[in-house]
Amino acid sequence: MTATTVTASRRRTPRFRLREGGAAWVLALPFSLLFLLFTAWPVIQSLYMSFTDTKDSDLRSPFSVNVIGLDNYRRALTDETFLHSARNTAYFVLVGVPLTLGIALAAAIALDKGVTRLRGFFRLGFYTPVITSIVAVAVVWRFLLKADGGLINTALGWVGLHGPNWLGDQHWAMPSLIMMAVWRNFGTAMIIFLAGLQSVPWNLHEAASIDGASTWQRFRHITLPLLRPTILFVSVTTAIGYLQFFEEPFVMTNGGPLDSTLSMSMYTYKQFNFGDYGFAASMSYLIFIVIAVVTALQFRLLQDNT
Amino acid sequence: MRTNRRPSITTLTYVLLAVALIAVIVPFVWMILGSFKSEGELRRVPPTLLPQNGTLDNYTELLARMNFTQYFANSAIVAVAVTAGNLLFCSMLGYALAMLEFRGKKLMFTLVMGTLMIPGVVTFVPLFILVANIGLIDSLPGLILPFLVSPFGVFLMRQFISSLPRELLDAGRVDGAGELSIFGRIILPLLGPALATLGILTFLGSWNNFLWPLVVAQTESHYTLPVALALYSTGQNAAQYGLMLAGASIVVLPVLIVFIVFQRRFIEGIASTGIK
Repeated sequence: MTATTVTASRRRTPRFRLREGGAAWVLALPFSLLFLLFTAWPVIQSLYMSFTDTKDSDLRSPFSVNVIGLDNYRRALTDETFLHSARNTAYFVLVGVPLTLGIALAAAIALDKGVTRLRGFFRLGFYTPVITSIVAVAVVWRFLLKADGGLINTALGWVGLHGPNWLGDQHWAMPSLIMMAVWRNFGTAMIIFLAGLQSVPWNLHEAASIDGASTWQRFRHITLPLLRPTILFVSVTTAIGYLQFFEEPFVMTNGGPLDSTLSMSMYTYKQFNFGDYGFAASMSYLIFIVIAVVTALQFRLLQDNT
Repeated sequence: MRTNRRPSITTLTYVLLAVALIAVIVPFVWMILGSFKSEGELRRVPPTLLPQNGTLDNYTELLARMNFTQYFANSAIVAVAVTAGNLLFCSMLGYALAMLEFRGKKLMFTLVMGTLMIPGVVTFVPLFILVANIGLIDSLPGLILPFLVSPFGVFLMRQFISSLPRELLDAGRVDGAGELSIFGRIILPLLGPALATLGILTFLGSWNNFLWPLVVAQTESHYTLPVALALYSTGQNAAQYGLMLAGASIVVLPVLIVFIVFQRRFIEGIASTGIK
């Protein structure tokens, strides 16, 4: 007891402060250098570039770059293809996020309350798609989604349905990618939901069921409110990921057919590839703004208590 | 009635979970089974389930055509270096942010956390230009350096270290240990679970990382496994299903094995990122 008060008072002396501060900076130094060089600097550089007409040919002669104000932003917001890619991204997020969260929550509840055995086994299986390389996944899914002789259309054939040409049809390509993204991502959300469900105190449920509350009522009035912070976390992280969606169309469709799966990130990447760096940078900041707004919106919607 | 309902609901849950599990696992099963089928069999309509005449031809041909040992070694070197960097540097800063007082602490924390929300596409172009300017395009350091530290790693380590008792620090100081040796000798050995979680997450992220290596690695001797597979599967070989499925299996299997061995620790780590 006395020892702690002694050290506590010693910690406040300036000499200790100085030593502590010095050590802290030594510990922080390697991270800070790498972070400044490879993250902070590019973020600032990108912002600057978005106000200029930088092209790939300017890299060797940085003085030929002109500051053009908001022109790139104006151009992006009137670019029909960019707006189309924004609509595609909205489609992907608005369908994909609820679907991912819904399936993840259903699986988590089933594993938490519905079964007692094989829990770890199911959990492992559902999580497997998360850890696999998107490139390998793309190879397999292209094979599964083949119009003729693909496993999915063959299975649909068993129940008398004629499956579409998934990736080749401009109306079915996006649903195919959403299906794949949900498959690949619901495992993470499920694991976090499971942890959240396990922290709901059991005695609340017991008390409620003694008072005659049905399973649904208990879920609606006990589990769901207590799970709110977890749902907020999962929906924010999933939405941030989905708003940037890139890899799925990149490896599966290259944005096609007829730009029907072209996402904002993908269009930005394409402009980078064409060497239109300033324009690409302005679009990347527009994506950032959308992400910030959507995140703030979710906090407002999900943090209230009703 | 009530006693009758319970078992049937449980059975139904098991059935639904089993059906869902099959749906989730089928792509992997299909991939591995397909990699042992001949090209002719893979094109059959309707498809066969089990290989009719199991063959290793896809694997032997793939290994003969492509330098898989090289890609594998590149992937492993990059993943190990990136993981080591993250474990060391993120725990160092995480400790400083969680336990020590210093000037600029608040600012640093805000800055690092602020970048968590910035989409990767924002830094992509300037990062590429930067790496090109320091001459690291088409080199392994070019694949490693930009990923050596991550804000997420700092977040995870800081959260974990905050939960350790502060008395550890005072005890070390009373014993006359220097500030750095308190970190190295007292704190670091206690970070096992957090380091394991961050280590596995970082390793898998690096192993599966795709876009950056695709742009930076320009000659075959610097390809990682996903890059090699991506370039191979989109070129003129796109129609050779057998070879591609074998390639996909080679990329997936090592990760799958690592995951199954470490799954408990791994899943606990993922869960802990969400509730704290």
